[in-house]
Amino acid sequence: MNRFAYARPATIADAAQLLARPGAKAIAGGTNIVDLMKEGAETPDLLVDLRRLPLHDIRETDGGGLSLGALVPNADTAYDERVSERFPLLAHAILAGASAQLRNAATNGGNLNQRTRCYYFYDTATPCNKRAPGSGCGAIGGVNRIHAVLGTSEQCIATHPSDMCVALAALDARVKVHGPDGERVIDFGDYHRLPGDDPSKDNTLAAGEIVTAIDLDAFDCGHNWTYLKLRDRLSYAFALVSVAIALRIDGDTIVEARIALGGVAHKPWRVVEAEALLAGKAPDDALFATVADRILAGARGHGDNDFKVELARRVIVRALGQAVAGTPQTIADKRIA
Amino acid sequence: MTTDTMVDDRVHAPDGDGVPVTLTINGERHALHLDPWVTLLDLLRERLELPGTKKGCDHGQCGACTVLIDGKRMNSCLVLAVTRDGAEVTTIEGLGTPDHLHPLQQAFIDHDAFQCGYCTPGQICSAAGLIGEGKATSREEIRELMSGNICRCGAYTNIADAIEDVMAQQGKAAHA
Ligand SMILES: Cc1cc2nc3c(=O)[nH]c(=O)nc-3n(C[C@H](O)[C@H](O)[C@H](O)COP(=O)(O)OP(=O)(O)OC[C@H]3O[C@@H](n4cnc5c(N)ncnc54)[C@H](O)[C@@H]3O)c2cc1C
Ligand code: SF4
Ligand code: FES
Ligand code: FES
Repeated sequence: MNRFAYARPATIADAAQLLARPGAKAIAGGTNIVDLMKEGAETPDLLVDLRRLPLHDIRETDGGGLSLGALVPNADTAYDERVSERFPLLAHAILAGASAQLRNAATNGGNLNQRTRCYYFYDTATPCNKRAPGSGCGAIGGVNRIHAVLGTSEQCIATHPSDMCVALAALDARVKVHGPDGERVIDFGDYHRLPGDDPSKDNTLAAGEIVTAIDLDAFDCGHNWTYLKLRDRLSYAFALVSVAIALRIDGDTIVEARIALGGVAHKPWRVVEAEALLAGKAPDDALFATVADRILAGARGHGDNDFKVELARRVIVRALGQAVAGTPQTIADKRIA
Repeated sequence: MTTDTMVDDRVHAPDGDGVPVTLTINGERHALHLDPWVTLLDLLRERLELPGTKKGCDHGQCGACTVLIDGKRMNSCLVLAVTRDGAEVTTIEGLGTPDHLHPLQQAFIDHDAFQCGYCTPGQICSAAGLIGEGKATSREEIRELMSGNICRCGAYTNIADAIEDVMAQQGKAAHA
């Protein structure tokens, strides 16, 4: 690990001011940034410890919504009764990620801002446009089993690795941030970005900005939701492909559908036009396949990850079936319904 | 002088005399000055002579370094000690003593739940955390919620037996 200065501010204003300095990075749970610092993939000059900031609560908001403090641990969020009753999709997505130990340490703000698991991003002996802009991309033409099939660029084909964020995308969450110029609110779909010609930026957070909370409006989908995650082993592994689905169903008719994919792009992937194909329709496998095709329009593998396109298609169809039947994928039982 | 070159008393410089940190470890209070890059795992093993907590991967991938921080199990290899000022830490040395084993330590012996023993302190601390959390009600849930502890000797079946046994003793298992 490089040698760095350290600060633990007590106010958000102080933290924002410190984080605006060049070379400053935030630390919350530490489960991602400490790992990357050990590899030399992150080399902050100043580490700003956010843990003393007053962002440790889950608060009620109007109309049955919740505001999830940035420093609340992932585990406490998933097991909070209000979260597990009102947003079971989010609770399950969180519990499908990492391990019990990591979820106890990891925070909501850290989960949003965790960096890609691309092997080349971690390995400072190899080129990587995200870590060292302009050095090239080791994954294009290299080992890329875990990489993206949608929204890639010539510069970077990394994925965003979070499970939690896939559910937050489906739930139309909002990210509250505080910076040197005050507070602003970012729609979840606009928070993470595609790599384009600047893969060094994972998201739209500006220098000095801190995530303070994640806000959720009530979305009542009854039992018609699921988080289906496929990975190389049955637990404690990142998603190869995952899907978060929340449906509002009236009798035999789908009223509203929300579908977000994980493991396939630089951000959770949603295609609202594809979701609209389900509105007002009766559930049907052929329709599900059409929706899956629409979501995956333009998907392209890079060699090792070619399988993801067909896998994603099947995962979407399977998960839509689970959500319609009201039989969400459980975490402990590894069989897929 | 600009703000950047001024000495800022909010910031501990890397070449300073360390960051003041107070930690209570296995009931004993330690007032320390630490470099900010010291992990809790290295602090325990290298400075406080508590080598029971093991270093497997040093990257959050194996669980050998699991300790309880304020009662919650975490990977001490990914915790910078300075970030946990004021915390209470329990390591395997604090769970039981050779004369008074923790029920999990006894159950691991009874069920032959290890071979080389390298993952065992982490497994036992993790199991203590699991029981404290109270979320596992079946063997499948125990397996899932213990997945953060890798055992390269493959003692998983006996580890699950040992944990089920202790949960049954404490009346916590739905079906043993
Ligand atoms: C072995 C392993 C397996 C894992 N498996 C999974 C998995 O299957 N699914 C999954 O989703 N995740 C997984 N994770 C990742 C884990 O979820 C993240 O490491 C964790 O959520 C990060 O949270 P943290 O609080 O520890 O962040 P930190 O490590 O403290 O910070 C991460 C990043 O976020 C920034 N940051 C932190 N808080 C804020 C804030 N409030 N505002 C602005 N920036 C901030 C930091 O500067 C840093 O860049 C795994 C991790 C490991 C080590
Ligand atoms: S895919 Fe992105 S993160 Fe990975 S090596 Fe290429 S540029 Fe770096
Ligand atoms: S040594 Fe910490 S998880 Fe492996
Ligand atoms: S007993 Fe050897 S690694 Fe678990």
